[in-house]
Amino acid sequence: MEVPNGGVAIIEKIPHGEAGQRLEAMGLRESKKIKRISGMPFCGPITVLLDGRYFAIAHGIASKVQVKDIVQKRVVNEL
Amino acid sequence: MSCRDCNLCFKKKSPPCGIDKDNCPKFLLMGNPNVGKSVFFSKLTGMHSLSSNYPGTTVGFTEGVMQHKDELAHLIDVPGAYTLDPTNDAEEIARRILKEGADKVILVIDATALERNLVMAMQVLEHGLPTVVALNMVDEARHHGVLIDIPQLEKELGVPIIPTVAVTGQGMSDLVESLDRARISPFKHMEKEARWQIIGEIITKVQTITHRHHTFMDKIEDLSSQAFTGGIIGLIVLTLSFTLVRVIGEGIINYITDPIFEIAYRPLLVKLSEFLGSGTLSNVLIGKMINGAIDFEQSLGVLSTGIYVEFGMVLPYIISFYGVLSFLEDFGYLPRLAVVFDALLHRFGMHGYSIIPTLLGLGCNVPGILATRMLGSERERFITITLISVGVPCVSIQAMLTSTLGRFGMGYVAAVYIILLIVWMILGRILSMTVSGFSPELIVEIPPYRIPSFKALSSKLWFRVKDFLYEATPLVLLGILLVNLLETSGFLAIFADKLAPIFKGLLGLPPAAAVPIVMGIFRKDIAMGLLIPLGLTAHQSLVAVVVLAMTFPCIATFVVMWKELGWKKMIISSLIMIVATLMVGGFMNFVFKVIA
Repeated sequence: MEVPNGGVAIIEKIPHGEAGQRLEAMGLRESKKIKRISGMPFCGPITVLLDGRYFAIAHGIASKVQVKDIVQKRVVNEL
Repeated sequence: MSCRDCNLCFKKKSPPCGIDKDNCPKFLLMGNPNVGKSVFFSKLTGMHSLSSNYPGTTVGFTEGVMQHKDELAHLIDVPGAYTLDPTNDAEEIARRILKEGADKVILVIDATALERNLVMAMQVLEHGLPTVVALNMVDEARHHGVLIDIPQLEKELGVPIIPTVAVTGQGMSDLVESLDRARISPFKHMEKEARWQIIGEIITKVQTITHRHHTFMDKIEDLSSQAFTGGIIGLIVLTLSFTLVRVIGEGIINYITDPIFEIAYRPLLVKLSEFLGSGTLSNVLIGKMINGAIDFEQSLGVLSTGIYVEFGMVLPYIISFYGVLSFLEDFGYLPRLAVVFDALLHRFGMHGYSIIPTLLGLGCNVPGILATRMLGSERERFITITLISVGVPCVSIQAMLTSTLGRFGMGYVAAVYIILLIVWMILGRILSMTVSGFSPELIVEIPPYRIPSFKALSSKLWFRVKDFLYEATPLVLLGILLVNLLETSGFLAIFADKLAPIFKGLLGLPPAAAVPIVMGIFRKDIAMGLLIPLGLTAHQSLVAVVVLAMTFPCIATFVVMWKELGWKKMIISSLIMIVATLMVGGFMNFVFKVIA
């Protein structure tokens, strides 16, 4: 998930398998808009905001989530 | 007594009141994790099921009886699930229970996250059971600017929808009344894509989101989710929690339990002791006299030390620990703390959540080990419990090591902490590489902060303390009885005598040190006290104290480990502890010899 902290993006593809299924069940599915809140240091979990709810996703799983239409934090703040 | 008063009877094969569980209507309480199902269950049955502001409190399932009009119904609190295409154990259980069928389903939906909740809701509705939907947290949704057109949603789903606020009880009686109107939804089984499409259409029709400004709580949520500020807030919360557990625990001991033991209980024991005279029974019940009086910590009688360990030493910490933990749980802070520490703890085979039991173990290992229940996998629990019992010294060990080593200089005291930290890290690394099993990667929903209600907190605390007392009291009394018998029969001395050569050769300690060290397996505080008269050198004392700190902290912890891990894993954990202790002690002795 190559979104900088504070940036917004649309989920393009989630990984296959159990992790992907779990993300989808929690509402993190294709075409949903997410905002990356933070990434913990040392490859710690990534926190994202989706529909007003926070989700923490292990770095390994989050890195397999493909996103598109990334909007940088600076631009998000101006909107 | 009416059935409503004794609804626990469903746990028995033949309920004494004669109700036939199989012929009672069966109702299921279903929903996503953290939507307030446990609160519904408590309100509908009058029974307690732990509810917390973090996902996954209901592990396994709870059942009870609820009154519906003139009939009684069997209500099952199904584990929270995001989907019925299972991605974890709880969802597998939920799917199985639903598949077994029921007369009615009470489906709880979180109004603040309608879209996601509809996934599981639709899957349940597709099963074709008469259903009623409780649209919970409508107040919070409104507060978040989410407006839901309830009549329209009712039309879309084809089942009655009752707006509720479970924590305050709002809408609860409407929900029970609406059970008569429970209907089968027209939805039939469909593919995932088709379901998402319908959900999308429903959301467009029924939900309106209005913009709202960030509240103070939102700002705190944001700050505690950031790497830097989240870390600082995490450290502050941990320090504060740790201090509170200690302060409240010590407060209860100093101002409540100790005065009760001294003023009310001691005279009773003295009378009983006089009545029994000397003999085996007095030895077992009261124990031996220390300086001519009953010593609650050292007499080792079932009624003296046994009762005191349970109610005078452990219970106060249990109350303070669960009080603080329950607040953090209900406030919704724990998942955030887990996120902050997840990366670090994964390197030692643990999970972000392991931070709570580990730090609480520094106060008292018993609640620390009990807190590992919040961990998801058996592997993480085993590693965390073993590391707590080996490398996390409790308050009483810390006090004793200061008095034993302080006279050689505070550097020796600090050395013990440093050695234990290194042992904790190395052992964690080794265990993470060797212990097999599943360690799930973190994917969690972080709930919003909520101010906990005092009533919910106190009732949760009361049920947890009661559970602990029911479970641990017999085991603690049994443990003290065992120590008592081993000591009075002289078996402990024989055992120590046989082990003396190992202690001398490997640890470089005089044979006399074997007795306190073996004794320390059962009673740590006495053991450290017994080291002082042995006239050990500073280095020998350091080895002895590290060895004592790494073995089981006390009989209560030993018992709790047995209870939490089962005897097989407890033996493995104990063997790891013994090997690690001997290796560390032996290594220290070797280093000191080389230096000398």
